[in-house]
Amino acid sequence: MIEPSDSAEALEFTKLAYEISEKFDTPVLLKMCTRVAHSQSLVETGDRNVPDFPYEKNIGKYVMMPGNAKKRHPIVEERTKKLIEYAENCPLNRVEMGGTEIGIITGSTSYQYVKEVFGDSVSVLKLGMTNPLPNKLIKDFAAKVDKLFVVEELDPIIENHVKALGLTVTGKDLLPVCDEFSQNLIAKAFGKDTAESYALEDVIPNRPPVMCAGCPHRGLFYTLKKNNCTVLGDIGCYTLGAVPPLGAIEMTLCMGASIGAVHGFNKVRGAESENKTVAVIGDSTFMHSGMTGLANVAYNQSNSTIVIVDNSITGMTGHQQNPTTGYNIKGDPAGKIDLEALCRAMGFERVRVVDPYNLDQCDKVLKEELAAAAPSVIISRRPCALLKYVKHNPPLSINRDKCVGCKSCMKIGCPAISMKDGKATIDNTLCVGCNVCSQLCPVSAFEGMVNKEDR
Amino acid sequence: METKNIMIVGVGGQGSLLASKLLGHLLMSQGYDVKVSEVHGMSQRGGSVVTYVRYGDKVFSPVIDKGEADYIVSFEILEAARWLPFLKKDGQIVTNTQQIDPMPVITGAAEYPSDLVKKLKESGAKVDALDCLSLAEEAGSAKAVNIVLLGRLSHYFDLPEEAWMNSLQANVPEKFLEMNKKAFRLGKESGQ
Repeated sequence: MIEPSDSAEALEFTKLAYEISEKFDTPVLLKMCTRVAHSQSLVETGDRNVPDFPYEKNIGKYVMMPGNAKKRHPIVEERTKKLIEYAENCPLNRVEMGGTEIGIITGSTSYQYVKEVFGDSVSVLKLGMTNPLPNKLIKDFAAKVDKLFVVEELDPIIENHVKALGLTVTGKDLLPVCDEFSQNLIAKAFGKDTAESYALEDVIPNRPPVMCAGCPHRGLFYTLKKNNCTVLGDIGCYTLGAVPPLGAIEMTLCMGASIGAVHGFNKVRGAESENKTVAVIGDSTFMHSGMTGLANVAYNQSNSTIVIVDNSITGMTGHQQNPTTGYNIKGDPAGKIDLEALCRAMGFERVRVVDPYNLDQCDKVLKEELAAAAPSVIISRRPCALLKYVKHNPPLSINRDKCVGCKSCMKIGCPAISMKDGKATIDNTLCVGCNVCSQLCPVSAFEGMVNKEDR
Repeated sequence: METKNIMIVGVGGQGSLLASKLLGHLLMSQGYDVKVSEVHGMSQRGGSVVTYVRYGDKVFSPVIDKGEADYIVSFEILEAARWLPFLKKDGQIVTNTQQIDPMPVITGAAEYPSDLVKKLKESGAKVDALDCLSLAEEAGSAKAVNIVLLGRLSHYFDLPEEAWMNSLQANVPEKFLEMNKKAFRLGKESGQ
């Protein structure tokens, strides 16, 4: 396993990873921590080198049935020994000798924070390869410094290894196990001063992420909440259905888990659960890992309701195409999977499609499918409001004479609506005229709606 | 040269990513080592967003910590207040005066603090506040708030305008270039 500490190393180490892989006949993991993955630094570009390695048939090596696996195990052990030797003297691991009072073993982004705080005033063993670890290099480094530290984020992997070598070392006694590090965090841990700054007395309200104005998910989650559903969610923009004021989703685990969870809930809890529990999963998450769960519901027959929120794109990660959109990742025409046909082919006789901008329709179909004595899929379909091809309606306005300030329209948590002087007001730079709010108004105070027929 | 730090803060969707990309391009073209780092998570969806831009002879950490920012470029006044503790003593805030209510304010669970520009100044920080939304609209698009802010930031940098214009050209679509140039100049020439 090798760990780059910035973009330049990510490029350089990836090339090395291929070399190591070929030289030692081993898979290599390139471990990117969050900060390295979310930062950019300068790189030296070069020519792409694509060597031609022919594939050779080798059943004893590539078919891991038990008899072959037993014979491969000693080869893997021998390979690990060779990799340890390599780690002792390879370009991935290096010693930067500075002051010898403190010696720090570190790697990944922690190395950058250590250099930021200490510069050359301490000695550093920078590990670019963290498995297997170089025992001799570590012992030699420890012998050259007065006091040895390990600075690594999260679990004490390097620290435990150093301790197992019989060395005295400080790590997690000084630094937290949780969350990212920063230069100030390390400076404070080592008793150094950090910079002063300014402060306000006011309490600064949080600004959590919200569904965008016009988001098609909003109308669906409003309906689920109104019907008091137990909503088992999945991973995507729609996970924001868990945040106030919608607060509808009450479980999200990993991609595809919503469908397995609703099946489990209904199998264990029976009718009480069947009439109110739904899984909510996006179109691209469904394609990624929802189908196995759906097959389980169809085959093992639980009376479950699954909502596929189909916004015709992968929204949260920045509008990537998926197998239901008809385009590939480059935007070129590609195969298109028909969700309705797919669900029917998997054994679902009840497949309904709703428009989440139409609250009455959503409510009616949801009630029918929860009540039905058969598994069902509801496809809540409307493209993401941020897609370039989506035409927006003009912003709505509020007739202040009619508005009674009841806040019914605030229940959907639209960032374009706020209360000013006891009446609702619309931010016309945000509103895209989706009309979901106006369907909640008991006194018809909203104006400027485009007729449904015209949409 | 000692490493300099610029923080770009705002509300997801306001265009802070383009601003950091443009700054990264500009500083790289001036021969500096540059590191840019973004907030992670659901950053686009109207949440508080922060981007760190660091440059100098040799940059190590990709993040800016409390008390370290030479400049805070803020797209929204509450966000300038939120990130104030990251400003270096004698650092400069360049901020849009626009207010965007966060969801806890919209739902009534929290209040939007009043008179933030005044309070920021009273804290001792150097504050350059301007109505970027009006200036962007004057230039031709409300979306050019980011370029208005960069125009104002350029006032504090000893770099030729040509360098800024080259980076603008490299980072915005051709058909919006003239509009963005106008937004840049409007920002540069306004403020205090």
